[in-house]
Amino acid sequence: MTGLTLSDKVMIGTALLGGMSGVVGSFAVLRGRSLVGDMLAHAALPGVCLAFLLMGNRNLLGLSLGALASGLLAIGAVTLVVRWTRTKEDAAIGIVLSTFFGAGVVLLSIIQKPAIGGNKAGLNSYLFGEPGNMLTGDLVLLAVVAVFVLMAVSLLFKEFKLVCFDADFAQSQGWPTLRLDLAMMAFLAVVTIVGLPIVGVILMAAMIILPAATARFWTNRLHVLLLLAGGFGMAAGILGTKLGQGLPAGASIVLTAAAIFTVSLLFAPRRGIVARLLVEFRLRKRVVCEHLLRSLYELSESQLPQLPTLPLPRIREYRYWQPWLLDRLLSQAAAKGLILQVDQTVQLTPLGLHRAAELTKAHRLWEMYLMQCANIAPDHVDRDADDMEHLLPESLLLELEQQLADEGRLPRVQADVPASPHQLGSVGNRQ
Amino acid sequence: MNTLSAICAFPLLALLDGLSVGAWIVLTGVATNVACALVGCFLVLRRMSLMGDAISHAVLPGLVVAFLLSGSMGIVPLFVGAAAVGLLTTFLTQTLHQYARVPSDASLGVVFTSLFALGVVLVKKYMAGLHFDVACVYEGALELAPFAQPVAGLPRPLFTTLLVLVVNLVVLVLLWKELKLSAFDASLATTMGFSATAMHYLLMAMVAVTTVASFEAVGSILVVAMLIVPAATAHLLTDRLSVMVVLSAVVGVAAAVVGYEAALFWDTNIAGMMTVAVGAIYGLTVLFSPRYGLISALIHNARMSLRVLREDLLAMLYRVEELGSDKPLTALAARKAVGGGLLARWGLAELVRTRQIVRAGQQLRLTDQGRKAARRLVRSHRLWETYLVEQLGMPLDHVHEPAHRVEHFIDERLRQELEAQIETQGQDPHGREIPE
Repeated sequence: MTGLTLSDKVMIGTALLGGMSGVVGSFAVLRGRSLVGDMLAHAALPGVCLAFLLMGNRNLLGLSLGALASGLLAIGAVTLVVRWTRTKEDAAIGIVLSTFFGAGVVLLSIIQKPAIGGNKAGLNSYLFGEPGNMLTGDLVLLAVVAVFVLMAVSLLFKEFKLVCFDADFAQSQGWPTLRLDLAMMAFLAVVTIVGLPIVGVILMAAMIILPAATARFWTNRLHVLLLLAGGFGMAAGILGTKLGQGLPAGASIVLTAAAIFTVSLLFAPRRGIVARLLVEFRLRKRVVCEHLLRSLYELSESQLPQLPTLPLPRIREYRYWQPWLLDRLLSQAAAKGLILQVDQTVQLTPLGLHRAAELTKAHRLWEMYLMQCANIAPDHVDRDADDMEHLLPESLLLELEQQLADEGRLPRVQADVPASPHQLGSVGNRQ
Repeated sequence: MNTLSAICAFPLLALLDGLSVGAWIVLTGVATNVACALVGCFLVLRRMSLMGDAISHAVLPGLVVAFLLSGSMGIVPLFVGAAAVGLLTTFLTQTLHQYARVPSDASLGVVFTSLFALGVVLVKKYMAGLHFDVACVYEGALELAPFAQPVAGLPRPLFTTLLVLVVNLVVLVLLWKELKLSAFDASLATTMGFSATAMHYLLMAMVAVTTVASFEAVGSILVVAMLIVPAATAHLLTDRLSVMVVLSAVVGVAAAVVGYEAALFWDTNIAGMMTVAVGAIYGLTVLFSPRYGLISALIHNARMSLRVLREDLLAMLYRVEELGSDKPLTALAARKAVGGGLLARWGLAELVRTRQIVRAGQQLRLTDQGRKAARRLVRSHRLWETYLVEQLGMPLDHVHEPAHRVEHFIDERLRQELEAQIETQGQDPHGREIPE
């Protein structure tokens, strides 16, 4: 490792840290314990100070063990407070976090007195993080912890998965959920504590949450989630140290992670905001298009099976349309071959009639269902059916049709479309 | 801080308005703690304690931007910046949770850590040359509070925290019932016409402003502690919101005084020591709270076990008498039968002392008084067994265990009711007599 320059070491170190905090953070986020990382990071301080006071030097392993001890003590304290008192978990985390950290600040100011000797330079890094003074030894420690954590996670993968998704089921199957939970927390504690001197308290909390929350946008599978979270964490570590030259490294790593989070939030397939808006947009588009077809059917209904040419003003009158919307809808429907549009008139094509008849049938079947099975008044069903008809699956329609037919209540009118149960073009239709 | 003793010895500054430096420091601490405790009660009740932690970190970029825009560290721009970022944090957290389906704790974590990181970068970029120490944000500089530039005759940290204290008090008094209702039942509040959402944002703005006011004086860590711990402490002591608010303020004052004295004694960081003090007060309350404390729970449990044990002893002696066995129960056997140990010894001794049992050598006998108590118990037990068999159709071999547990909690009224409900009088399902 001697051939590495400092910036290489920093990059490898932050990448290792990002990778493993992504992995253990995934479990924390899934288990609803995102802020435990925050608490651990704060609670480590008194342990670090005590270890320094006892050892008198800044040995990373010694300080880390001190931090681990006080971190585990904090987890124990929160568990006991929640179990034994009426204080809720969020308050318990806050109490332990602030009290431990306050104790750490007190010890730190005692250490900083000139009477206490030793090299104190490294201690502040536990607050704010200093990846810049990474030593080869620190790197080895990080690598050892990373290997250990990854091995443990892959060995306990099945158990952790079960506890994360259905703890009660796991308990009922005889798994030691409490111990598995504690094991998860212990890994979290170990990773948090080796990361502290590199990125600092708050930003360590961020490294636990951000990669995992980012990865959650991309997948619903746990092993993919772990891999992605590890990958995002590594990427944040590497890019953050590269891009953030001259800035506090911890902050730039976290900002990089936040940027990756934002991109995923927006553009992830399915769970991303853009994808979700697109789905909603498509649905809305389909709904208005179907409304147009049904209106055309109802206007043509009296003259079927002939397909009458309908003047545009009649369509405008029949139902309220945004002025710009109707023109666009008509031209789209014409492009799909559903209607013929000549000058100021519109005529359904046979294909359009078929589609429109189906839609109208769905609408009226649903209206009838609401009236007969849910006892809703005839003048109230139109709006409800308007909302529902676009979402009714084929199978449900068939069932409704069958049900009404079995009871002899399915009116067989032209083109298999039952007559509307209310007056067409009534107030309800105009919305 | 070792500078403290030096500062305290500096006479000119200590003469400021005739108050000692220590008094100024304690006063600033008290104002901060009480201001935080007032809003903290509502955070704790709404289970949003960590919102205080989050906002106190997230305001950093707001402070920097406010400073850059206004060009000064004036009170008004700082408060506006803080309130804006506080509301932004709340809004972003809610939005991420609602629209992007990020779990609520994770969305809080994402938002506040990212904002804090942004703040750190902004500080480094734009305020490098100025005196703006991130460490100071954590630990505060309460030691230096009395020597800050005076505003309206008071040191600035004290002035700002007092101002916020007054604002919090006024809001609390004016919107007491709205805040109370939305803290306990947000949907009811909304249906009754005061928007719980508006209350939520108001509270968050108060948290943000309180946090910022306290920053320069005491640092974020004391703010987080004072937002949560006094309220949680008061919550262990009372069930009434008004009492809780007052108690939390008292705890805040106590923490300030004790913390200051302790810091002076060990010559260390005052804000840190106040945090430790409030943590210790919480710890003591957990142990000694009359209503929800561990020790009172322990005593209550021990008393209950002792009572159950005494009653079991009496009932056992009654049953032995009833069988007419010629081999009376020895004290050793009786103690063993109810579980043995110190508690059994104690229970037996108490029965002897209250003359319900007399010891004749190694043997135990009921006195008339003891027999009366024992009859009541056995009556409860057998009535319950009969009821279980008759009314609930439970099998015979399943009724003893529940009756054995419940007999200690059946009072006279319930015995009468049971008697009225069951059909076979005078006999339990095992064929034994139900004593009158």
